[in-house]
Amino acid sequence: MSLPHLPPNVIRSVYLLASVLFIIGIKQLSSPKSARNGNLLASVGMLLAIVATLLDRQILSYGTIAAGIVLGGLIGTVAASRVAMTAMPQMVALFNGSGGGAAAIVSSLEYLRFARAGLPVPPVSGVTILLGALIGAISFTGSIVAFGKLQGLVTERAVTYPLQKPINFILFLAIVAASAWLVVTGQPDVMVYAWFAAAALLFGVMFVIPIGGGDMPVVISLLNSFTGLATAATGFSLHNHVLIISGTLVGASGTLLTYLMCKAMNRPITNVLFGAFGAVVKGTGAAGAARAGAMAGKGVREVSVEDTATILAYARSVIVIPGYGLAVAQAQHSVRELADVLKSRGVDVKYAIHPVAGRMPGHMNVLLAEANVPYQELYDLDAINPEFERADVALIIGANDVVNPAARNDPSSPIYGMPILDADKAKHIIILKRSMKPGFAGIENELFYNPKAMMLFGDAKDTASKVVHAVKTV
Amino acid sequence: MIEQLLTDLTILVLAIFIGYEIISKVPVILHTPLMSGTNAIHGIVLVGAMLVAGTPEGPLVTALGFVAVVLGTINVVGGFLVTDRMLRMFAGKTPGGR
Repeated sequence: MSLPHLPPNVIRSVYLLASVLFIIGIKQLSSPKSARNGNLLASVGMLLAIVATLLDRQILSYGTIAAGIVLGGLIGTVAASRVAMTAMPQMVALFNGSGGGAAAIVSSLEYLRFARAGLPVPPVSGVTILLGALIGAISFTGSIVAFGKLQGLVTERAVTYPLQKPINFILFLAIVAASAWLVVTGQPDVMVYAWFAAAALLFGVMFVIPIGGGDMPVVISLLNSFTGLATAATGFSLHNHVLIISGTLVGASGTLLTYLMCKAMNRPITNVLFGAFGAVVKGTGAAGAARAGAMAGKGVREVSVEDTATILAYARSVIVIPGYGLAVAQAQHSVRELADVLKSRGVDVKYAIHPVAGRMPGHMNVLLAEANVPYQELYDLDAINPEFERADVALIIGANDVVNPAARNDPSSPIYGMPILDADKAKHIIILKRSMKPGFAGIENELFYNPKAMMLFGDAKDTASKVVHAVKTV
Repeated sequence: MIEQLLTDLTILVLAIFIGYEIISKVPVILHTPLMSGTNAIHGIVLVGAMLVAGTPEGPLVTALGFVAVVLGTINVVGGFLVTDRMLRMFAGKTPGGR
């Protein structure tokens, strides 16, 4: 089989068009109305780039490519159409890892080409090939570990062991040394390269393993930016501008989201990556134990489904604070139903979304959109916090650390300084919770002991539906 | 060589600025689709995978090239489809209705 070839300049022009479509596509993501169209434009750009590449005269055999595209397309289609919205973070991690793996392989084959031809590797090519392979490999295995953690195949807790940091540091030094050797000598050495690649793959695992599940929004953003950078590096090796442009756009996006997530938690990126946050349940020290004891002494106030329904039904305004627990319990539909019943009684209902609610940036918005909550009712932290003072009820469903006042007033708390939702300023605080178990960070929450707070224990989905029925009979 | 590198670097630097500008305008509610959409865009590495897989240089290159094309295609197809699924839920919703 043979396809007609396009002249290189025509192909480069198509690549330019594809880059423009990617940029316009991302730009249209700035509004929910045009966003779908933007994604469509970007995918058209991708299709054009792929078709143009097929007609490149460098391509001599189509069998491997055709088989690969059919198989990859099948896997991608099935995975994308079956995945539940709650499982979106791990799906994105897997797709991201695939891209990283592809970038690492392409860079490695570039290296192999030099080796086979017996040509010396010029320093610039050496650096870009090694960067593409290194970042791509870290993104590949790192994403797989992140997937495992989010899917529950690997423990969500931060895995730590003795000498972890020195071992990782030595591994990193070994990678740097191997890279330096390969670049400086310039003679292709496949054995050293293979060791380098293996170390890079291992480093990706070691890098993500000590990071806890609650910090996955940061990790996924960072790995996304890694794959972008690996793609850009591959573009340097292949002198392909569409790869450089697209890779850099994604690198910028991932970096920006990583920064926003860290800012939302008020923790520097180094703390997220190396702090082993959530490794063990904190507060086992004397001070922590004393505080826990004091809290236990105070006790919490429980509330019945009927009383909850009455309070909600006669409120003027209710602010719902959804957390990851809501997603775990699949309660988003019941909660939307509750909001509908309340709205039909003239209650003003708003949703307060903390930036780190969920397991990836913006995850909670997607979960609520799936339950047909209009996005106009979703408010971010800065927009909603001044409203709590006027709100009659703050209804907290499956959220914990993001409403913990310790972030405001306890300098010894690990989450001290994190901007939180000011739920404690509402007139009443109702907390739907499975049990008194602490949140991901393993920290006691004094909000539960607030005199205004009432606990409604049980499965979030089940309890929310019961409250819906009770409100209807009020 | 150096001229080529400078051209590539120019494009890289300009792309960083464009990326920062357009991405900082995306609202928080669309951050998940933004991530999965840009995720699909870095699947452009598939183009690189096709270029190496299409030059037959023995079984090792063919096998690795095949794997790269499969991974790149999963990234592209899965990324765009999943983003579309999410954006369908956001599009066309008016206040208080669907």
